[in-house]
Amino acid sequence: MKAQLRRYALFALVVVADLLLYLQHPARGEQAIRSALDYLVEMLLFIPPIFVLVGLLDVWVPRQIVEKNVGPDSGVRGVIISILVATAAAGPLYAGFPVADALLRKGCRLANAVIFLGTWATIKIPMLMMEVKFVGLPFALLRLALTLPAIIATGYLMEMILKVGETGRFAQDAGENKCSVKPL
Amino acid sequence: MLFNVTLFVFAAAALCISFRRDRQKTKKALAIAWNSFRNLIPSMLGIIGLIGLMLALVPREVIAGLFGNNSPAGILLISLAGAVTLMPAFIAFPLAASLLQSGASLMAVACFITTLLMVGIITAPMEVNFFGKKFTFWRNAIGFVLALVIGGVMGVILQ
Repeated sequence: MKAQLRRYALFALVVVADLLLYLQHPARGEQAIRSALDYLVEMLLFIPPIFVLVGLLDVWVPRQIVEKNVGPDSGVRGVIISILVATAAAGPLYAGFPVADALLRKGCRLANAVIFLGTWATIKIPMLMMEVKFVGLPFALLRLALTLPAIIATGYLMEMILKVGETGRFAQDAGENKCSVKPL
Repeated sequence: MLFNVTLFVFAAAALCISFRRDRQKTKKALAIAWNSFRNLIPSMLGIIGLIGLMLALVPREVIAGLFGNNSPAGILLISLAGAVTLMPAFIAFPLAASLLQSGASLMAVACFITTLLMVGIITAPMEVNFFGKKFTFWRNAIGFVLALVIGGVMGVILQ
């Protein structure tokens, strides 16, 4: 119960800050609360389907399929699949966390999970469309060309740093706050 | 918005197919979905509140005024701002465009975009929840260094 309450500490702090801001500068405070509510609505508009899909992925996709396609022995093919799947993603990075988490639990290689998250964060197709529209094609293309190798390098670097070795298996050590689905 | 609709339709279709194939498994999938969602709520509410405060306290004009030059300190500052803040693409790219229009250097704007996308300090608590502290620290640290490199190279090439 106490641990549960502690997880709301940040939210409680924000509410207090919002109230203080509202008392000092009513207009600013109102703006802060309004943008937070806009954001909440926006998140509720894509988070539920993503979690439903993660749940379905969990019960229907057998471990062998994930292992074969993005597992330790998937090689270049695994990298390409991770990138292609993530470019088609919708929603911000934190919507990608549970997906990558589910993949890791099904035997996905750590490097591929990191590449998946990196692609999701930086070069999703809808994002590139916005980028071309506002800052131009050369900017977007150059960023894409430089970001792809950076993402792939990050994946392999992470395996070296976290010492998961050749197998690419990753034991999650999130500890007491571990909030995802139970291990399979 | 179109993406949201597509996502909902896709999830609903998948759920229907799953339900017709196997009720038990579908129930389990929904239980997993609900648990993950419930566990995300506390940090999600906190982060949403933080974003609201940030948007209210740091207006666009102030950002544009602060980062209008190409000094190393300015680049570092805008990169830190990118690393700490979190905004959706439909706010970030218009902001980048307005920064460029108000005289910010291309390198500064490129560094802002790359750090914004590759480093997530605000979402770090959520990332820790899923993958642990060590993973989160290194993924973001490597991301920050590479973001600076990419932004710098872009600034030089596109000048």
